[in-house]
Amino acid sequence: MGFLQRPVVVTADINLNVVALTAVGLLSRLWQLAYPRAVVFDEVYYGQYISFYMKRIFFLDSSGPPFGHMLLALGGYIGGFDGNFLWNRIGAEYSSNVPVWCLRLLPALAGALSVPMAYQIVWELGFSPCAAMGAALLVLIENALVTQSRLMLLESVLIFFDLLAVLSYLKFFNSQKHRPFSLSWWFWLTLTGMACSCAVGVKYVGVFTYLLVLGVAAVHAWHLIGDQTLSNVCVLCHLLARAVALLVIPAATYLLFFYVHLALLCRSGPHDQIMSSAFQASLEGGLARITQGQPLEVAYGSQVTLKNAFGKPVPCWLHSHQSTYPVIYESGRGSSHQQQVTCYPFKDVNNWWIIKDPRRHQLVVNNPPRPVRHGDIVQLVHGMTTRFLNTHDVAAPLSPHSQEVSCYVDYNISMPAQNLWRLDIVNRESDAEVWKTILSEVRFVHVNTSAILKLSGAHLPDWGFRQLEVVGEKLSRGYHESTVWNVEEHRYGKSQEQKERELELHSPTESDISRNLSFMARFSELQWRMLTVRSDDSEHKYSSTPLDWVMLDTNIAYWLHPRTSAQIHLLGNIVIWASASLATMVYALLFLWYLLRRRRKVYDLPEDSWLRWVLAGALCAGGWAVNYLPFFLMEKTLFLYHYLPALTFQILLLPVVFEHISNHLCRSQLQRSLFGALVVAWFASACHVSNTLRPLTYGDRSLSPSELKALRWKDSWDILIRKY
Amino acid sequence: MSFKVSFSVPRPAATPHSRRCWELQFLEPVFSRARPARPSRSVMLRATSRLPAARAATTLSAQPRGRRPAPRRRRKELHFPGHPELPLGDFLAGRLARPRVPAGRRAILRRGRMPPAVGRGLAGSELRPRRGRCGSQAARAVGPDVAAEATARSPKRPAPGSRRFEAAGRWALLALVTLMSFATRFHRLDEPPHVCWDETHFGKMGSYYINRTFFFDVHPPLGKMLIGLAGYLSGYDGTFLFQKPGDKYEHHSYMGMRGFCAFLGSLLVPFAYLTVLELSQSLPAALLTAALLTFDTGCLTLSQYILLDPILMFFIMAAMLSMVKYNSCANRPFSAPWWFWLSLTGINLAGALGVKFVGLFIILQVGWNTLSDLWHLFGDCSLSMVTMGKHLTARILCLIVLPMALYTATYAIHFMVLSKSGPGDGFFSSAFQARLSGNNLHNASIPEYLAYGSVITVRNLRMAIGYLHSHRDLYPEGIGARQQQVSESSVHLCGSRAKLSAVTEPAVTTYLHKDYNNLWIIKKHSTNSDPLDPSLPVEFVRHGDIIRLEHKETSRNLHSHYHEAPLTRKHYQVTGYGINGTGDSNDFWRIEVVNRKFENRIKVLRSQIRLIHLATGCVLGSSGKILPKWGWEQFEVTCSPYLKGTLNSIWNVEDHINPKLPNISLDVLQPSFPEILLESHMLMIWVLWPLPIWWLLYELLGLHKCGSQISNYGNSGLKPKDNEFTSKPWHWPINYQGLHFSGISDMDFRVYLLGNPVVWWLNLLSIGLYLLSGSIVAVAVQRGARLPAEVEGLSWVLLRGGGQLLFGWMLHYFPFFLMGRILYFHHYFPAMLFSSMLTGILWDTLLRLCAWSLACFPLAGGIHAVGILSLLLGIAYSRVLGREASAQVNLDPLGEGLDSAQGV
Repeated sequence: MGFLQRPVVVTADINLNVVALTAVGLLSRLWQLAYPRAVVFDEVYYGQYISFYMKRIFFLDSSGPPFGHMLLALGGYIGGFDGNFLWNRIGAEYSSNVPVWCLRLLPALAGALSVPMAYQIVWELGFSPCAAMGAALLVLIENALVTQSRLMLLESVLIFFDLLAVLSYLKFFNSQKHRPFSLSWWFWLTLTGMACSCAVGVKYVGVFTYLLVLGVAAVHAWHLIGDQTLSNVCVLCHLLARAVALLVIPAATYLLFFYVHLALLCRSGPHDQIMSSAFQASLEGGLARITQGQPLEVAYGSQVTLKNAFGKPVPCWLHSHQSTYPVIYESGRGSSHQQQVTCYPFKDVNNWWIIKDPRRHQLVVNNPPRPVRHGDIVQLVHGMTTRFLNTHDVAAPLSPHSQEVSCYVDYNISMPAQNLWRLDIVNRESDAEVWKTILSEVRFVHVNTSAILKLSGAHLPDWGFRQLEVVGEKLSRGYHESTVWNVEEHRYGKSQEQKERELELHSPTESDISRNLSFMARFSELQWRMLTVRSDDSEHKYSSTPLDWVMLDTNIAYWLHPRTSAQIHLLGNIVIWASASLATMVYALLFLWYLLRRRRKVYDLPEDSWLRWVLAGALCAGGWAVNYLPFFLMEKTLFLYHYLPALTFQILLLPVVFEHISNHLCRSQLQRSLFGALVVAWFASACHVSNTLRPLTYGDRSLSPSELKALRWKDSWDILIRKY
Repeated sequence: MSFKVSFSVPRPAATPHSRRCWELQFLEPVFSRARPARPSRSVMLRATSRLPAARAATTLSAQPRGRRPAPRRRRKELHFPGHPELPLGDFLAGRLARPRVPAGRRAILRRGRMPPAVGRGLAGSELRPRRGRCGSQAARAVGPDVAAEATARSPKRPAPGSRRFEAAGRWALLALVTLMSFATRFHRLDEPPHVCWDETHFGKMGSYYINRTFFFDVHPPLGKMLIGLAGYLSGYDGTFLFQKPGDKYEHHSYMGMRGFCAFLGSLLVPFAYLTVLELSQSLPAALLTAALLTFDTGCLTLSQYILLDPILMFFIMAAMLSMVKYNSCANRPFSAPWWFWLSLTGINLAGALGVKFVGLFIILQVGWNTLSDLWHLFGDCSLSMVTMGKHLTARILCLIVLPMALYTATYAIHFMVLSKSGPGDGFFSSAFQARLSGNNLHNASIPEYLAYGSVITVRNLRMAIGYLHSHRDLYPEGIGARQQQVSESSVHLCGSRAKLSAVTEPAVTTYLHKDYNNLWIIKKHSTNSDPLDPSLPVEFVRHGDIIRLEHKETSRNLHSHYHEAPLTRKHYQVTGYGINGTGDSNDFWRIEVVNRKFENRIKVLRSQIRLIHLATGCVLGSSGKILPKWGWEQFEVTCSPYLKGTLNSIWNVEDHINPKLPNISLDVLQPSFPEILLESHMLMIWVLWPLPIWWLLYELLGLHKCGSQISNYGNSGLKPKDNEFTSKPWHWPINYQGLHFSGISDMDFRVYLLGNPVVWWLNLLSIGLYLLSGSIVAVAVQRGARLPAEVEGLSWVLLRGGGQLLFGWMLHYFPFFLMGRILYFHHYFPAMLFSSMLTGILWDTLLRLCAWSLACFPLAGGIHAVGILSLLLGIAYSRVLGREASAQVNLDPLGEGLDSAQGV
């Protein structure tokens, strides 16, 4: 009964500023959230992915990791979206089954919460509540941020996690001073790691913020190492804790995203073709339906189709047909005139090959089957023509440095058959590994010439029916995917006679064994494809260069009302953009000036405000730089919205610089008041601009052509004016 | 075994006399602290003169010896008998002991130049020197150590004669290294007696200088000029054609050029040797580096042919060496050697940049070094701002102004020497071509302003090599409308291709050289009357006019419409349309002058114009993409609906024919030297850099003439296939695959560029080891560990010297990951030089540390000696093995054909 003796006290420490900011943030982002009930700009892409998630169909999007897409899909899940909507055109009206409000809710919430977080960050950086309030209000009224967070787009989510990472790091850093290893210390440290990996999980560019936080943490850790009041063990614990929280946890979280992603998307879909056979077989439907229940181990007498692992220019299977190579090519070189071997991108009965033991004559599987192992010598018999896969020292039709591959035809011209191939399982675990359907990646090494069977990637001319050329690569320069093949379809051959076998080849495969790829294998394949698949970067009407962003020389028209001239643009508050860029410059100059003066032992600032100034610069100006400068090196098509994370950091810097000027550069009270008045006037103008551009942000009001013309403050802005 | 115990001592700042006093005073304690000297071992104490002078003056003196003379740091050093290290140590000790600068001045100079890592490490135990703690005090501060050093030498003071002998030994060693290097590089230099790999380009360009024929290349001219000069001096007459790899030289004298490259390539080894010696003050380290480079097959091969790489590497290494030398002069600013090395650094930088743009990386390294140098000077409050200003000015003069002047001078010479028309003309503007004798524009004259009826050629400003071009071929089916292609074109006469077809709408592309298919007639949009009719008055074309452009050869109009362009899907297709100049309203273009200042007329060569399609509002531009074979691999021309003001959509008028107008001489419009400089740089960096190399090769070999030839050469392997000749940067350090220098299948002599695997893998291992050991040392220092003097000196070498080299390696390696261009193995070699130097320093330091930590065992002293010797022998032996292996490589059935390419 001890608790009765002391009163139970709950002390709530509520910062009303934060509450108020959250409220206005929510108001600004959620107001009329479902309003343009039509597809706006990139919703057309993200919507497709949401639909895929709802239908649990596998897809591949090279633009970013799946976490962001999954968050959007979560909105659809909450709203009970069934995924039935054709996302084909910007401006299309949503049908009634699309829960627009729910779908847009999560980005809007992320955008709304960025407002109080801006407050918190500036506060945690050690600046006054006034400056913190200023930062939050600027984030609140920034039109571009409002537009971007009210739609099914990922930038606001990315910004949210970027800010969260910085904020929780600051919280962690501040608690480091008083109470290391306390509960809140652990909490914020872990949250930093989590937020970082979420940011990376939403978009790859989140990695820059992650690196920044890592960098700052590394510098602080380095100071910690130099702190000789701590024992070695203590320092080691500190370092380990940081390593776990900032390296291990993010990596694990990142893997978790993919795990959930792959667990959710279990059905085959339109992007299957890009993936390997093994991956496709792990999806429901599609290839899995065909390959379901095939025998796992390839045996002598097996009938197989062999798919090339490279898959460029198109995924294809080893193929042969009755036609022979022309005696003389166009270039005047000669050929062996034997039967063509090609790689064919469609399923065909001519893709079937039989694995034969050179020492025996039979083409059927024994009972029990004798499996083929790594290093075995085999012959490959073309199922339909019963000719042997052969290569010899004759130049290939299009790649004269390589050998021609043919199905051997004996013309009795003292050109013997060279049809022995040694099996080389590339991904073997032991040297006695058995050749497995789908799972084994194999190379065929020619016994006589050491050439390796390879897809050259060139299209044969008309005589080869425009199929892909297959060659024997004489000089193998290490591993290359174009030399690797895997068995896709497989069955045990039963018929010895040619006629019966042909019938057998025409019938579909059967029988039953299930097989699964491990998660890590699927993850690494998917991640690799995502990074390497190139979507052809085409020029976009609203694409821009990084230089256009700093002073807002460009905009993006997101949506236009089908009848009136109400429209939504990604258009920033130009006062804020310009002054934020100016503030960054002022910061850089002041920083340089102080740094040089300090070097000459002139200390303008007290030590603690100097450290605050440096930390604010490292996080805000640094955040801007890491989120902006890398775009100069990127070759993909860039848009204004890529700048928004950088802009957010820049906005945070603005009140910091103001406060610094007021506290340290204004010498008298009068100057300080004057400066304060200036800042207030400036802020009023920013509010005014924000309000003026509001119709383009929310798209709620149709403006007359003259009003629209008046809004076109820069020639480079593209505001849509209807011609009546 | 000789056993040596020495003290880390700053540069002595006392006169001989005072030193002797200290000597007497400290003789006893020194001996008592040192390991008890057994009679069998000769105990020698010596100054840490192994550290470079500057370092000794900076780091070590920063220790609080002045205030606390007692805790002197001990340093054991183990030597193996007969090793050259021994004489060197004493030699240096002797040299450094000589007073050169008055004590007071030295004390001032040494301040504030503490290297950051060590500085922080020491900061735990002492404060930075304050203003006023100068002069005699400082002299006293270093005094005891001077004494110790003197004491160290006292037991067996070397006679002046033996010192001279040691100096001679040191020089002899350098001479030996140089000799080895020369011997390996010049051995069988004349083989193979045929053109190897890129010799076909650089040899040819050397010949161009001798013949004074104008050409164009993506690299700056200095390297090729030097090759040309070497050829000229050695009696090569410039008549050999260098057509393709494998061509026999026969009677032509090529040894001069090869010899020149081999000479520069041989100098790399002594340069690396000296650099390492300067950074680590350790002969074994320097020897190890020299051995690595001497016995590396890759360096050897790359130095033996007429290539830019040996020249480039020469300048890079020379810049590095002179930078390091200049760093060690830092305690005597504004002295003659200081100026000498500083300006030599600048000169070498200009050289490196003048050979290839890769030289930029060494510039970055020197720039970074200079900045950190200035930063330290700036923190030294005893230097007045005026002195700082002097320092700054000296660096600006020597490292910025001087290199820029030299770099510009190479271009001046380049343009002066190449005065005859040649294969590079077409890349340049007509105004420039007018300078070249033999060009048909030489002394030409053209009308100044455009009038209706003028026949013109139009050149794109961004793709400055492209002219608006059209020919009779049609866009193939499925690509927009079947109309005549419009492309940018060059001076190739492809008009003769007989592929006339009866289809009404032929096709438009940009094509690169001048031919009759580049000619267009300006017509008014409204009338089709012949404007050249003498009865009509001359009417000038003005800004904002609506015009038609009629293709002279095919009499079709420049036309655009709402069909997607063949490659850039979002742009509109541009075609030639109409019969005999009669088309439709889609043939109308509004002409706009972008840079009009006073007048609205259009001036030849100078006016920048845009052509805006009247019906669709799009702007005529080049997309910079290369059309497939059906478009003869010319650039695509599109009409872009996005009216962005990029140079892609800006054109200027090059040739102009109008009999009704008076001609002015082209000389009036001739560009000034800065303009030429700008033009050629724009071409090199902006236009040609992003183009695929095979395209450039066609251009340089003059293959872009007609389609049939292209297809022939296309098969011979000029065009890189997906996975064949290209190598990726991560292949390089692991020596993954080499490069065929001369590998035509019917020749018996093959050359294959591949590094010595032992050397390369050792280098790779060393980088990993360096990172590991460097971070351990850095953490230890940051933790405030009190290192013994010996270890401290070594870790300083590791951090400072090794750090510089690692930085150099990273600078010369990592940027390649960002380059979208096709890369080759030989691009790694500058980085490889740095990593070999790092290897030398690392192993020497690590072995010394090993020996030190095991000093209690009797044989520990041998570890260093044995380690270094075994490394040296291992490397040399691997070379011998490598020779056999390379013989096997030669037997490999490689037939890559024409495996040539121009590197970055």
